[in-house]
Amino acid sequence: MSSVDFTWLIGGPQGSGVESGANIFSRVCAEMGYQIFGKREFYSNIKGEHSYFTVRIADKKIHSNVNAVDLMACFDAETIFRHYDEVVSGGGIIYDSDIAETKTDGVHTLDAPFKERLHKELESKNKPFTVAGVLEIAKEKGVLLYPVSFKSILLTLSEETENPRLKGLIRMYNVIGVSLSLGLVKMPPDSLQKTINNIFSKKPEIAKINQQTATYSYNYATAKFENFAHTLLGTQKEPGTLLVQGFQGTALGKMASGCRFQPYYPITPASDESVFLESNEILEIIGDRPGSTAVIQTEDEICAMGMTIGGALTGTRSATCTSGPGFALMTEMLGWAGINEVPVVITAYQRSGPSTGLPTRHGQDDLLFSVFAGHGDFPKIVYASGEIEESFYDTGNCFNYADIFQVPVIHMMDKFHASSVITCKRFDTEKISIDRGLLLDTVEDGYRRFEFTEDGVSPRSRLGMDNGIFWNTGDESDETGHITEDPIIRVKMMDKRMSRLDLILKRIPNEEQAVSYGIEDYTIISWGSTIGPVKDAIDMLKKEGISIGLLQLKLMHPFPSEYVSSLLKDAKTIIDVEANHSGQLGKLFKQNIGRDIDYFILKYTGRAMTSTEVYDALKKIVENKAEKREVLMHGA
Amino acid sequence: MALKPAEFKTDVHNDWCPGCGDFGIVNAIQMALADMGAPRDKTAIFSGIGCSGKTSHYINTYGVHTLHGRVLTFAQGAKIANPEMTVVAVGGDGDGLGIGAGHFVAAGRRNVNMTYIIFDNGVYGLTKGQASPTLKLGEKTKSLPSPNTNSNVNPIGLAIASGFTFVARGYSYDVRHLKDLIVQAVNHKGLSFLDVLQPCPTYNDLNTRDWYAGADLMDEAQKRHSRIYKLEDTGFEPTVHYDSEIEINEKLSQALIKSLEWGNKIPTGVFYKNENTTPYTARLQDKIPNYLENPPAKQNISKNGHSNTDISKILDSLEV
Repeated sequence: MSSVDFTWLIGGPQGSGVESGANIFSRVCAEMGYQIFGKREFYSNIKGEHSYFTVRIADKKIHSNVNAVDLMACFDAETIFRHYDEVVSGGGIIYDSDIAETKTDGVHTLDAPFKERLHKELESKNKPFTVAGVLEIAKEKGVLLYPVSFKSILLTLSEETENPRLKGLIRMYNVIGVSLSLGLVKMPPDSLQKTINNIFSKKPEIAKINQQTATYSYNYATAKFENFAHTLLGTQKEPGTLLVQGFQGTALGKMASGCRFQPYYPITPASDESVFLESNEILEIIGDRPGSTAVIQTEDEICAMGMTIGGALTGTRSATCTSGPGFALMTEMLGWAGINEVPVVITAYQRSGPSTGLPTRHGQDDLLFSVFAGHGDFPKIVYASGEIEESFYDTGNCFNYADIFQVPVIHMMDKFHASSVITCKRFDTEKISIDRGLLLDTVEDGYRRFEFTEDGVSPRSRLGMDNGIFWNTGDESDETGHITEDPIIRVKMMDKRMSRLDLILKRIPNEEQAVSYGIEDYTIISWGSTIGPVKDAIDMLKKEGISIGLLQLKLMHPFPSEYVSSLLKDAKTIIDVEANHSGQLGKLFKQNIGRDIDYFILKYTGRAMTSTEVYDALKKIVENKAEKREVLMHGA
Repeated sequence: MALKPAEFKTDVHNDWCPGCGDFGIVNAIQMALADMGAPRDKTAIFSGIGCSGKTSHYINTYGVHTLHGRVLTFAQGAKIANPEMTVVAVGGDGDGLGIGAGHFVAAGRRNVNMTYIIFDNGVYGLTKGQASPTLKLGEKTKSLPSPNTNSNVNPIGLAIASGFTFVARGYSYDVRHLKDLIVQAVNHKGLSFLDVLQPCPTYNDLNTRDWYAGADLMDEAQKRHSRIYKLEDTGFEPTVHYDSEIEINEKLSQALIKSLEWGNKIPTGVFYKNENTTPYTARLQDKIPNYLENPPAKQNISKNGHSNTDISKILDSLEV
């Protein structure tokens, strides 16, 4: 059996059901045993701007998207204009034939710089500035075109089912696109029906209309479409496979780790996590009454952080979730949590900065900001998850680190994570250990919250505990927590707190600090969601006999300098791959290890890297044709 | 066993200026806690930044000295996570109505069952006397280079407009009356606000102790006419008894009108009280039926060092 590696793209105006169409498609493919890597791209807009979803389907584990699109389903002109050139020879475009004559000028959401580039291309190929024009280019490249009048599908269906409402129901276009696609690749139809039933299980009327539309469109494609070489017939399903969206990893991780309090302020792409937590606020507890997560929407991120700290002072595992602009507002409080040794977790879903930047687009822009966040010297942990599956278990670790070391923990995630949909192994809650460090259950008289101890960590009381009275202050304090300006105590307190950084490096197991996937002459250092495309690119090169090493950094602060140095001692060329302008990990690496980065592969278009473009850049490096900074540009 | 006010004192040296109005407030808080028989380890004082921020260090309960303008955020978080606690937040007028004004308004909307006391002296004392949000337009306290260019905020009016369900004003040199107000505020079911007029002897040379006492208003018989009077002495009825819109609007309006009184007659006492508005904890209880009995701080989250949370139903729904 030949291996399957197939990419499907659906696009349309925001609010037209692109996302739900992609969810149906992904779920059907996952039900049929395939591995999925899907990614959503969208504007900062509610309705009308272009959004699209790319779903890669394979019969082996995949970690990223690729450049090549094998099949595109579009019901609007903009999707065709923006993506026709991504469809490869032998691939197909299913499109609404009623829009073939639409001109570029007729699509108001096409922005001027894009239109200018497109017109130049069309002019050079002597094509009209219409959908038909770009489709001709695709056809000449060897792309198969499947025109269908979406309107007449609805019309015929409406007559056949005697449902006059149906004929104007353009909301069904997404289901038509999905079903035509599945018919074209000969996906067994049962799973489509099952998925639609599942999704609309609470609305039988809507389920019925969708069923009818899906069946009709599916049959239409199998009867009328020809010559498409790709088929998706299904494969052996791995038992215990989840289809998850990025933000669910940390949300489920928080539930399992005992996070019971999450104040937050709405911000893209972080708030989905909080909304998911609140939607599942009542928790089943083994052998106990139900538990719950109090999810509080606050007036701003400052309040979110203040409440989180207030919650943590009561002994509750407390977290917040935000993105760059919100995290910027929290930093004064981060220092307060630092000086008062309060365990809090801040889940930071990064996006492209600076300022509002590209608010719905990807970026790993906040690494250095997080490492250096807050005024003054205080200990904290910055921890980065690579893939979504890791983020579940890492969330558990972050809460343990916070409790054991009594420091704020910044858990770095990003927009690529948040809006990816992937298949992975079912999360195993049994692997979530809970270590609350020196949190006390009872206190003797004479308790001092910040008592000097051998390892610098003091037993921790909580608000409301008998005999456990303590004072906190953002000022320097003595062991009881009262303000002091005594120079000797100042030094002792500063040393006590800052010694935590060494303790962190000593106590966190090496394999949780950095993960080596093999060290070669050429070795990549990378972090966060970029690990996915890097892994796939390395696999592609391996097939050509080129071995590239990879070291994934997870503990970003304190930086595991000795461990990383020792791992990389045999690597001759270090390549830093990350999604920001300045190569922030590279800077951190240089600062801590004193070693120069030989090559940077960077992307800051706001779109996540594909494995194809990482592969291309790596190939240039090994062939000695690369610039020191390779900047990646793929993606609409 | 009820404690005496002295038992709510710490031995931390108090470094407020001699004659500072803050002393009266901290004494009143200690007296109120003793009066109510508050258990020390179920009580937490949260404070902001500035002279008033030091209050939490002088009171022998849990004490959390937070950040400028942010005291309400920490305090609400702690109260929501552990609703068993008696939470009192304190801070200056610059803290609560300047840098922290957004939190002040949002807290009113939430109505968390706790108390907020503002030490209202018209100046930023610890930074050497700049104009604070309650100083009137055109007034010039002694360390201002020129008269104040901002209008003042009306703390009582803002609290009423924001949704605080208990709004009162005290005077720091009338400690007994202030103590009574604090007791009422803490016992109130919902978010209570107390604006405490507190002369700053070092930087506010306009609203001094003598000024409040009406030293400049002596009549021919050399009789003082204190500016401060008590609403309760005038038969003012601040409480909403029935959950009716008409009564609520009437009580809100009269409170707002009273809040505008200033100059030669300054009202103290309770301006508004309404226990019909559900406190935030009750709102949470509506969505999480066992919230009060098993709040975040009381939940057991592990068994033998492992997670005891069963997320299998959610995972089932995600499984393909």
